[in-house]
Amino acid sequence: MRTFQFDKATDTEQALKAAGAEQAMFLAGGTTLLDLVKLDVMQPERLVDVNRLPLNKIETLSDGRVRIGALVTNTTLARDEHIVEHYPVLSQALLSGATTQLRNKATTAGNVMQRVRCHYFRDNVSPCNKREPGSGCSAIEGDNRSVHAVLGTSEHCIATHPSDMCVAMAAIGATVQVQGPKGEREIDFLDYHLLPGDTPEREHALQPGELITHIVLAAPLADSRSAYLKLRDRASYQFALASSAIIVRLQGDRIAEARIALGGVGTKPWRATEAEQALRGQPATEDSFRRAADVAMQGAKPYRQNAYKIPLAKQAIVRNLQTLTGAVA
Amino acid sequence: MNDIIGAAPKRVDGRLKVTGKAQYAADHGLDRMAFAYGVYSTIANGRVTRIDVDEARRMPGVLDIFHHGHFADLYRPPSMQMNPAQIERLVKVDETRLPFEDDRVYYAGQFVAIVVADSFEQARAAAYKVKVDYKEEPAVATLGQAKKAQSPQSSGSDYSRGNAATAFDSATKKIDATYTTPVETHNPMEMHATTAYWEGDRLFVYEATQSVVVHRNTLARIFGLSPDKVELRAPFIGSGFGGKLWAWPHSAATCAAARAVKRPVQFVLPRPQMFTTVGHRPETEQRMRLATDSKGKLVSVRHESINGTSFTDPYSETCGSVTKSLYSCPNLAVTHSTLQVHHGTPTSMRAPGAAPGLFALESAMDEMAEAIGMDPLAFRKLNASTRDEGKDLPWSSNHLQEAFDKGAAKFGWDKRTPAPGSMREGHEIIGYGVAACNWDALRCSSDARVSLRADGTAFVTCGAQDIGTGTYTIVAQTVSKISGLPLEKITVQLGDSSFPPGPVSGGSWATASILPAVAEATRDAIEQLKGFAVENGPFKGADAKALQFAEGRLVNGNDTLDFGHFLREQRLGSAEGEAHTGVADGDVSIRSFGVHFVEVRWDPGISRLRVARVVSAIDAGQVINEKAALNQVEGAIVMAIGMAMFEATHYDERNGRPTNNDYAEYMVPVHADQPPEMDIMLLDYPDYALNEFGARGIGEIGTTGLAAAIANAVHHATGKRIRDLPITLDKLMEDAPRVTA
Repeated sequence: MRTFQFDKATDTEQALKAAGAEQAMFLAGGTTLLDLVKLDVMQPERLVDVNRLPLNKIETLSDGRVRIGALVTNTTLARDEHIVEHYPVLSQALLSGATTQLRNKATTAGNVMQRVRCHYFRDNVSPCNKREPGSGCSAIEGDNRSVHAVLGTSEHCIATHPSDMCVAMAAIGATVQVQGPKGEREIDFLDYHLLPGDTPEREHALQPGELITHIVLAAPLADSRSAYLKLRDRASYQFALASSAIIVRLQGDRIAEARIALGGVGTKPWRATEAEQALRGQPATEDSFRRAADVAMQGAKPYRQNAYKIPLAKQAIVRNLQTLTGAVA
Repeated sequence: MNDIIGAAPKRVDGRLKVTGKAQYAADHGLDRMAFAYGVYSTIANGRVTRIDVDEARRMPGVLDIFHHGHFADLYRPPSMQMNPAQIERLVKVDETRLPFEDDRVYYAGQFVAIVVADSFEQARAAAYKVKVDYKEEPAVATLGQAKKAQSPQSSGSDYSRGNAATAFDSATKKIDATYTTPVETHNPMEMHATTAYWEGDRLFVYEATQSVVVHRNTLARIFGLSPDKVELRAPFIGSGFGGKLWAWPHSAATCAAARAVKRPVQFVLPRPQMFTTVGHRPETEQRMRLATDSKGKLVSVRHESINGTSFTDPYSETCGSVTKSLYSCPNLAVTHSTLQVHHGTPTSMRAPGAAPGLFALESAMDEMAEAIGMDPLAFRKLNASTRDEGKDLPWSSNHLQEAFDKGAAKFGWDKRTPAPGSMREGHEIIGYGVAACNWDALRCSSDARVSLRADGTAFVTCGAQDIGTGTYTIVAQTVSKISGLPLEKITVQLGDSSFPPGPVSGGSWATASILPAVAEATRDAIEQLKGFAVENGPFKGADAKALQFAEGRLVNGNDTLDFGHFLREQRLGSAEGEAHTGVADGDVSIRSFGVHFVEVRWDPGISRLRVARVVSAIDAGQVINEKAALNQVEGAIVMAIGMAMFEATHYDERNGRPTNNDYAEYMVPVHADQPPEMDIMLLDYPDYALNEFGARGIGEIGTTGLAAAIANAVHHATGKRIRDLPITLDKLMEDAPRVTA
């Protein structure tokens, strides 16, 4: 049997100390890690169980921001009254993901850290640059209908980031608070996940030995409405084929401000800032929404089986905006 | 007499299941049990050139590692033609090649080694360390690739009457269309599992199987044993859908490993290998040519079907079997042929042949109706057959016309406006579709034993299985019907090959086959009891023929006698009844019929397709247990929604490896995909040509026709005729480039 060192930490200091060298991995809900260990895709030699760390609170800060402990489960976060009221897009995104059983186990930081669903990554046989840098990407010329991206891809990797929660956070705006051997630091949420480029094995900005302690959401946009719209084949338990997290503030019948992030189509949670700019000051009409959607998908690059995602993502943007603004189709 | 037949009692085994006391194949933990884990081929075609087990063999707990250079000499089981009259003698596998026969690899996921260790984790860890080198050859990954390289081989089941080609050529109204269905994988919750141990030269096996008897016979042949040296047990099965009808390689491999390590060995197939080495519904391509006269009567039907099979075995998916007789047509031709692909051998999956076959036929019927400007329901009603023209026999019982009428009335078919896209609500376009369903009814031989015991209860054994459908319950209902005993005084045991042989739980045969044997055995036990009663006790000297048995009591005129009390008084443990019943006879054709009406909702603004409503009318003979019967049809409908909209096993075209072999990526319907409204009518006409209860079996018919009803509804909503399953959203999007397979 393959053995590994397993430590249980009760506070952050202990966890960081136990982690020590860069080989250690932190175990929270385990919904990705245990899965991949069983498949032999990940073979951690040292695991530090962080489930007992006191990082399970949701706190509203004096400046209106919300600080979410790394271990707050997806279920708790989705059902939190403050989140439901002030960040409906986040609650909806969480509830659209996975299943009740998984959401009960999955944590906030774990969700941020989840790995791609690309079959070639998970099969442990096919060439995959994430699993074995330099071996090649099997997905580009292979089966890439469902969990592969059209935005942010490179010739080395085209897997989508699978999270729904992160798409909502990308729209809301957030910072990732981490603690490591060199102390605490904050990473802007949009800088946290990395594009694959020519180093697809590097998925995030975390340094060796660093632990996520909190995610801090930006204060809710005043007088805004928000929603998450996820499009997929079946009605539940499927990663997004395309999704949109949208926050919008109206001024009369015009869009004063909009924040748009996309899921299912990008190699990371995809903030569509150019589309947001295209909407600013525009009348809340289907025409405006379509133009913004076109802008959002301008740089999209289709692959063998996923070209449909480009129009599908546009639909996710347009319909979400229509519903939020009450614009007639 | 009582009215227990057709009632809706709860499952007699329900409490065991919800309390976790029902033991499935992998729930049996045995003393000193070892665990096996497979090493599976990562190539789809080629040879194993080297297996390096050195590191794995040295790992803690590893007992042995078997592969083609180190494995028992076994015998291939003969794959016999099924004879329903002697089902207890059947030996059958779909994949005839045994594990580790040689160094050849025919499909990705084929066993190349199996590791046995003290614990599951040790076996798995060691399996990951077995190094296998291959000489890989190009794989035929799909039916499309096979078509380019091979010519189809006839399956030897072609059929024709009249002259379909001539009639087609001379007709003016006709359609010619080709339909495809992908590989679909049985995905029962319970994975295949084997727990095996030997006592001397006797083999005992807990197996997830739909037939303990056939599996017993098969393992006996593989190990060169007399069948009475082998005992198979499957008291509970977490469903099979056909995937567990016959033995697959893991079963023999586990039994052989147990013999070699001289310990019980347990093996559970991992979910990814459910897609490779235990069968699947093969990919099909079906060309349909239909023609009518000016009044809409069919004058020519041709159904040419090709399916993929493995390079080791010629499995035929008989898509045209239903086409021979569902509709009346003087000129008709059906052909079946195969092409070889580097997949494991296919097998029966719920409604084999009919499920993909009726997708093609009932889609084509819709296209034909549209071509002649006729309402698709009226077109079907006009052409439904009045006798089995394929067998040239009268129907034993066929209420399809009534099913059409009742279903249409309940569904509100008359509200359908024919033009595609003409029915809307908000963002959604509504589509109505209809299709017939059809499945054959067969009765096999079966034995059963019933004991009327001194404690006042009845005890029943039959070597059939309850695969989750409710067989335990309907057997108890049958004993109750004949004896008058309440269900709580009847104990049923199934799923053991040491019991009187029962039939395969497949083909929707179990109900029609088992119940007559159980009824006969109950009557036999009652006769023995009467014989005891006229020899001794209060009824001594009475005429046995004049005795009655009702509600657990012997009745002689105005006197009654509790049978348990009587047996105890006589110091008798039980009265025993046994029966062997055979197949149905008579010059009639026996099939089940029905119809599905479907409402779909298509929201083009977000490319969302959902089934909103299904109304079905099913003519499957007498219903034995209404709850279980409705559950079968509802489950079949949900499963067929998967076939229509989600399910397809994908293989990488470059190497033949499956690429969506887990529950997350192989889409089956989830709860949220179930239609908000499902309304099922069971017509409940007993068909006494098949058995004394008039029951025809109901496990599969609901699966048939539904995919076509959905495709037809989609066409009505969108104007798009999707001839390639599944109907995914990208196929319906206006401006989306098509996905290539």
